[in-house]
Amino acid sequence: MEIEVDRDKCVGAGQCVLNAPDVFDQGEDDGIVELLDARPPRPLWTAAQEAAAACPAAVISLKED
Amino acid sequence: MTSAEPTTYPFGEPDRLEPDPLFAALRAERPLTRVRLPYGEAAWLATRYEDVRTVLGDPRFSRAAGVGRDEPRMRPHLLPPDTIMSMDPPEHSRLRRLVTKAFTVRGVERLRPRAQQIADGLVDAMLAGGAPADLVEDFALPLPITVICELLGVPYEDRTDFRLWSDAFLSTTKYTPDEVRLYVGRLREYMAGLIAERRAAGGGGEDLLSGLVVARDEDDRLSEGEMLSLAEGLLVAGHETTASQIPNFVYVLLNHPEQLETLRADLSLVPRAVEELMRFVPLGTGAGIARYALEDVELSGVTVRAGEPVLPAMASANRDESVYTDPDRLDLLRKESSHVGFGHGPHHCLGAPLARMELQVALDTLLRRLPGLRFAGAEEGIEWKDGLATRGPARMPVAWDTAD
Ligand code: HEM
Ligand code: SF4
Repeated sequence: MEIEVDRDKCVGAGQCVLNAPDVFDQGEDDGIVELLDARPPRPLWTAAQEAAAACPAAVISLKED
Repeated sequence: MTSAEPTTYPFGEPDRLEPDPLFAALRAERPLTRVRLPYGEAAWLATRYEDVRTVLGDPRFSRAAGVGRDEPRMRPHLLPPDTIMSMDPPEHSRLRRLVTKAFTVRGVERLRPRAQQIADGLVDAMLAGGAPADLVEDFALPLPITVICELLGVPYEDRTDFRLWSDAFLSTTKYTPDEVRLYVGRLREYMAGLIAERRAAGGGGEDLLSGLVVARDEDDRLSEGEMLSLAEGLLVAGHETTASQIPNFVYVLLNHPEQLETLRADLSLVPRAVEELMRFVPLGTGAGIARYALEDVELSGVTVRAGEPVLPAMASANRDESVYTDPDRLDLLRKESSHVGFGHGPHHCLGAPLARMELQVALDTLLRRLPGLRFAGAEEGIEWKDGLATRGPARMPVAWDTAD
């Protein structure tokens, strides 16, 4: 799985960090999403999918391979 | 269908925390319906989950397009154009990013010990005073007020004043239009005074107001009006909603004793309980803030024309049977957790991580430290708020078991 984030659209709501703290973080200075792991291991896929679904600004896209 | 006379909305007086009884039928039969609110032009009311998410999240719907329009609303006054709620991205992102860092999930976690300390202090006082206590005055209000005061840098001693002004800000009928204008003006003067103090002190403060002053004066990232509106918005939004939800959550739990027992038996369920309660409680007395279509958009088979406003009924979306099995049942172990209680899209509640943390601390502390928490006397002892944008008890006497 490959993850991409569109930082321009991020509103810093943190839903991603709540759902998948091992995959996403928020910048200390601006609260904007930071990708900790763009190719997370399989055990984190569900969490990453939940984060993508929960993100209110549709910032997170997943490509499954 | 469009030619039909709009229905008067709200459809009736809110009854405690009961969802509007018409929503279920509207979701099934007329998911988009024409309504007229107490103020402003006629609008569409969207009641299905999918449509509500589209209205809140799809860039074809705009808040900025509402500026200059006679927006459908519950309150006499219009939102000023320089608030974060009156803007679309990228203008909206410019303002929002100035403050998001204070509300990140991990940033808010750092405030948890302090919130816990405040909550414990309040329960200590309740225990010392003995039952009954008023859950609203003695716990639900002071907790989020103290937290937001410390975060913003607003003196807690001034709370009686800004509580009144904030109430007026959220008043639908509790205050007259003249009173609302007066008190909203007072809130503005008060905030301007706090900002002036920061400027006189010459910077260096750690609180959010000081941060806004730096962003304005040194980096010119927002206008004076935008700064004041943002600061006021944070103070008002930062306590009233959470202060309403604490007694609302306790009220719902006390009326669902089996669910309450499940929670008491395992307090690690508190975060999940908070999400389910956020879904379950219809907090607003109205149907939220309208979005204007920028082009023709089809919602559930109805064409919303460019320029028409749509109201997203979040409380209805949260009870949509196509998303939630048995939506009217409180189920703290529910799997589906994608409620829209904090909204959706670019305006998704900025304070959601903070509100979640406060609500978790509140429930955990009350259930842990007040065994046998219950209504003191009959449920009729509860006084419900009236004429405000949010529902919830104005007074809620509670009792608990004592050791002797
Ligand atoms: C349980 C408590 C809370 C609830 C239920 C709640 C609910 C909401 C909802 C539904 C929205 C979206 C409105 C819309 O899009 O039309 C919103 C926006 C907002 N909330 Fe909250 N909120 C809560 C607590 C807080 C707190 C604690 C703060 C601040 C410290 C806060 C600050 C804001 C702000 C600034 C916005 C506007 C965001 C924007 O326009 O980008 N809220 N809230
Ligand atoms: S959930 Fe979406 S909008 Fe919120 S911080 Fe994460 S990526 Fe940004």
